[in-house]
Amino acid sequence: MAILIRTHGNAPEVEKDHWAMLQAGAGAEVFPALRGKHVLLPLGLYLHEEDEARSQLAGVGVWLDSHEQAEVLAERLERLPIIAINFPVFSDGRGYTLARALRELGFAGEIRAQGDVLRDQLCFMQRCGFDSFALRKDQDTEDCLAAFEDFSASYTTTTQQPQPLFRRRS
Amino acid sequence: MYRYDGYDSKMLEERVRQFRGQTQRYLDGSLSDSEFLPLRLQNGLYVQRLAPMLRIAIPYGMLNATQLRKLAFISSHYDKGYGHFTTRQNIQFNWPALEDVPELLKHLAEVEMHAIQTSGNCIRNTTTDQFAGVAANELEDSRPYCEIIRQWSTFHPEFAYLPRKFKIAVCGTEEDQAATQVHDIGIYLKRNDSGEIGFQILAGGGLGRTPVIGQVVFEYVDKCDLLSALEAILRVYNREGRRDNRYKARIKILVRETGLEAFKAKVFAEWDKLHGGALTLTDSEIARCKGYFQDPAYENCGDAPHELTDALARDVMFASWHSNNVSPHKRPGYAAVTVSFKKTGYAPGDVSEEQLRLLADLAERYSFGEVRITHNQNVVLADVPQTRLFELYSSLAAGALEADNLNSLNDIICCPGGDFCALANAKSIPIAEAIQRKFDDRGLLADIGEVSLNISGCMNACGHHHVGNIGILGVDKKGAEFYQVSLGGSSKRQAALGKILGPSFAQEEIPEVIANVIAVYRDQKTPGESFLETVQRTGLDPFKARVYSKD
Repeated sequence: MAILIRTHGNAPEVEKDHWAMLQAGAGAEVFPALRGKHVLLPLGLYLHEEDEARSQLAGVGVWLDSHEQAEVLAERLERLPIIAINFPVFSDGRGYTLARALRELGFAGEIRAQGDVLRDQLCFMQRCGFDSFALRKDQDTEDCLAAFEDFSASYTTTTQQPQPLFRRRS
Repeated sequence: MYRYDGYDSKMLEERVRQFRGQTQRYLDGSLSDSEFLPLRLQNGLYVQRLAPMLRIAIPYGMLNATQLRKLAFISSHYDKGYGHFTTRQNIQFNWPALEDVPELLKHLAEVEMHAIQTSGNCIRNTTTDQFAGVAANELEDSRPYCEIIRQWSTFHPEFAYLPRKFKIAVCGTEEDQAATQVHDIGIYLKRNDSGEIGFQILAGGGLGRTPVIGQVVFEYVDKCDLLSALEAILRVYNREGRRDNRYKARIKILVRETGLEAFKAKVFAEWDKLHGGALTLTDSEIARCKGYFQDPAYENCGDAPHELTDALARDVMFASWHSNNVSPHKRPGYAAVTVSFKKTGYAPGDVSEEQLRLLADLAERYSFGEVRITHNQNVVLADVPQTRLFELYSSLAAGALEADNLNSLNDIICCPGGDFCALANAKSIPIAEAIQRKFDDRGLLADIGEVSLNISGCMNACGHHHVGNIGILGVDKKGAEFYQVSLGGSSKRQAALGKILGPSFAQEEIPEVIANVIAVYRDQKTPGESFLETVQRTGLDPFKARVYSKD
């Protein structure tokens, strides 16, 4: 089973990944083969087949690609334990805005970064609301754990510190 | 000027340490070229034609004497003894070795300087009018708001991987020396109908391949809403700006393809969520930032003291320099001096180690220890007592800085061009020099009057050629370097994009072409009419007729 980094509160830890991911384009016909599993569904499939998925799978989550919008999930956030956001390439910055939008919509579950997830982006990802990180396979996990310590403060608002520095400076 | 507190210093230290680690991982092979690329760019480091180029941030152009001396040290230890002032009021060095950059950044951090976000697809150094705080016709000093924006945009976690670079300018003066309207976001201090001062915010301006004048998105926002308004625009841009084609990725293309009204609707929808939230500026924060830009300890004195008038009467060279390079000041008895870095034979904007040290000394002696870099690649001593102008002038020649050509045809804005830059299609510095030699005559330049001439070595437009009264663009024609000339551009309040004169010219033709353009102006001008006004009145036809005449 793959591993990932999760930050409960602020301290990052290495954990096993309990979620399987279904690629875009898959349909409900694959559910029987995944019976009893926790599965991240692509957005389209999740929106159309949520009930069917729930009846067959042990756990249902969803993943958004970087061009998809958070708002379509607004009515379903309470039912979702996890939303993953895909980084097709690490330099595609839309995922940061997506994560913040989900947190601002009130989503309190796990937001996972998946895809091209690298050490040097982890700190800012966490600040935008990600709390789980499915690293690209070649990443050094120990080194990645240290990345969360890159900066001790932020000027602007973050998920962890919703008050910008100018409101806290004395 | 702004001084770091414990938070600023600590974050900067952490940044230096972070980049040291990234550079180490790149050198040992665990970070690929493409993964290291945005990391080094966000620390100002390009890989250039001859060597890496490091661009160092000078927030809204302000430097103190200590920082100038540190830049002099860096130019001698890590470069070949000179640097280059850019059109974003920054300085760049063309020779530092990649492996030395972390140590170089540590030296900079000692004087509260860095290279953060001077490149890459992120929010760049915020610029402003070089006369902010001393201009007589200013609504309010823009620098405290530049500093507020600097802090908000530095390490903004959401906007580090935008579709493309993002530039912001703030302006509080009537004339606008900041080219505000050709920025991704341009901000004017503005008084509303109730007499309060807030901001007008434009978006979608820019130069490069597709030059566009920005359009008003927020007609007026209160001061406290500055950051929420900016965040709303950036959010829409980050989410919806094009990422499929880097030449269509700037916000100007998003605004054009979305349509201004639809774009505004998206921004306002986003602003509805942010407005009144934690980003709302507090009075105490505005007051805190204003506190860093208080007037220095001016003495009570009057305008036109005898020390000045005597010197003007006896020294015509000084009088010429005074007439061109000295600007009025809000405070009686003081003046703002612009030191020209456009002396003929010197690359525009280039500054040597010795000149950096001289500037530091002059700043301490004559202008409360501070200077400002201008987007025209010159340097301003903003608070000089008029009694000491002659003394200051007399000290400039030691650094070859006495040129009296400010705002003249020879005050050329010029990118480094093909001599240094890997992107350039053509050289630009030799073109500037050839023009300067052609017009290197005090009387002639004075007679021509105010003309802005801008040269870019490629369509990325670092020399802002679109908004030069005369613009020159280097183009590649089947491997040969040619130059396209445009007329009528302006970066001031009445911003305008120049129109292309016609087919491009070979390098050696350019000085004669410019001479012909100037000759047409002198034939056509009505009394008191500037070059730009003549071009606007006559259009391009008389210029075309002369320049392309077969005789």
